[in-house]
Amino acid sequence: MDREALMIGNALLGNAEDAAALELCLPPATLRFERECLFALGGADCRARLDGLAIDTNRTTMAKAGATLELAAASRGARAYLCVAGGIDVPVVMDSRSTDLQTATGGFLGRMLRRGDVLQIRPAPMPALRAVRGLSPSTAAPIRILAGPEFEQFEPGSRAALLESPWKVTAQSNRMGYRLAGPTLLRSATDELKSHAVFPGLVQVPPGGAPIVLMADAHATGGYPRMASVIATDLGRLAQIPPGGSIQFALCTRAAATAAWQQQQAWLQALRSGLHAN
Amino acid sequence: MPEPDSFHISWVNERAATFDLHGPATLERQRRIWTMAAHFRTRPHVREVVPGMNNLGIELDPASPDSDRLPDELRAAWLDSVAAEQSSREVDIPVEYGGDAGPDLDEVARHSGLSPSEVVRLHVAGRYTVYFLGFLPGFAYLGGLDPRLATPRRREPRLAVPAGSVGIGGEQTGVYPWVSPGGWQLIGRTTLRLFDASSPSPALLATGDTVRFVDAGGGS
Repeated sequence: MDREALMIGNALLGNAEDAAALELCLPPATLRFERECLFALGGADCRARLDGLAIDTNRTTMAKAGATLELAAASRGARAYLCVAGGIDVPVVMDSRSTDLQTATGGFLGRMLRRGDVLQIRPAPMPALRAVRGLSPSTAAPIRILAGPEFEQFEPGSRAALLESPWKVTAQSNRMGYRLAGPTLLRSATDELKSHAVFPGLVQVPPGGAPIVLMADAHATGGYPRMASVIATDLGRLAQIPPGGSIQFALCTRAAATAAWQQQQAWLQALRSGLHAN
Repeated sequence: MPEPDSFHISWVNERAATFDLHGPATLERQRRIWTMAAHFRTRPHVREVVPGMNNLGIELDPASPDSDRLPDELRAAWLDSVAAEQSSREVDIPVEYGGDAGPDLDEVARHSGLSPSEVVRLHVAGRYTVYFLGFLPGFAYLGGLDPRLATPRRREPRLAVPAGSVGIGGEQTGVYPWVSPGGWQLIGRTTLRLFDASSPSPALLATGDTVRFVDAGGGS
């Protein structure tokens, strides 16, 4: 959900980009390291403590064998990412180590983790302890969107409302989609659309008028009007807004969206090369 | 000389564009979509090729150097395309219609002006072609629904549609392989398993297959 947080953690540890990590949605959680392990926490700030001592996010920390990591409820953000040197050791299914809850495949036994589960960690060379400099916390900046194929079919008042109103992330939001509450969005055309490809970030507006932003576990196809799409760079930031949180959208161009992505990628690449870390 | 098909091409997000044919979906045009999809699967820097119902979505890698050309490429691929061949596989799907298995059967009947049993008879009489897979692992979009049964999607999707549910959404019909959110009108349910991740060929149905529904009875 917050791809950048995963990338940062793996970069700090010198892991491959696709090393498997844990995504913790709305902690608290407690984990124990059975063996010595170098790890990094990112994403939401959960006031983490290792054997009672406060530790920072976005830096590598060495846990001794038997050390306990406690994460409290997030003070900021919705999803914390625990990366370990070498990555979590789970089988590769359909080219991925990630979990698909829908089909109960991949990850750890195809399900969410439970108390008592024991995870193996893949071997890794021991990199130096590192932290990220100059990482500014997630701001309340608007989530940038591009107009979608059916954007012009919406009433002018609704197009304005999408961009000007605050939107609340409802409790019905999850990894498949964020359901937003706010003004009813009205489409002038009433024809049914034929089923078509959809992608994470797409803002669908069913006839009821309440928008849904498709997220990481979204389907491959859908049929509701495509009013807009969150730009790839901002999707992780949206994923860090918990239910009850509020967001604002801002219109963006393709060129600006592409530039934002390239800028983020350049920063991550520099991090992997050790340029921002100390 | 037949009229050329009308279509439009639009960006869905900064790296994905769709090619949408106008008018009611036809099998002939879907077979050309299959050809276009095959073409894009060989293009470098393509991340996703997603055929839809008489449309095609292409997502490029963010690193693709010539993404601005994608709309032109879609247009050219359509103009160059010929109808791909269909497969000869036929699959029967047993369905319990109505009652708790099909809570929207009455709504489909009301919308069509037919009795629920006539809706079932027409649904069972059809021979359907798998136009594309999508939505969920193992979900096949089927063409060939009797136009009298076409019913708009529900105003608001259900948060959880039971696995095996057989539904109608607009002019399309299909089976939900998994519990999932969904907006289709549910007319029945099958116990047949449509996706098995451990199988070498996980999805039961493939693009181009012929599908028939069989009334399994036992409904209320």
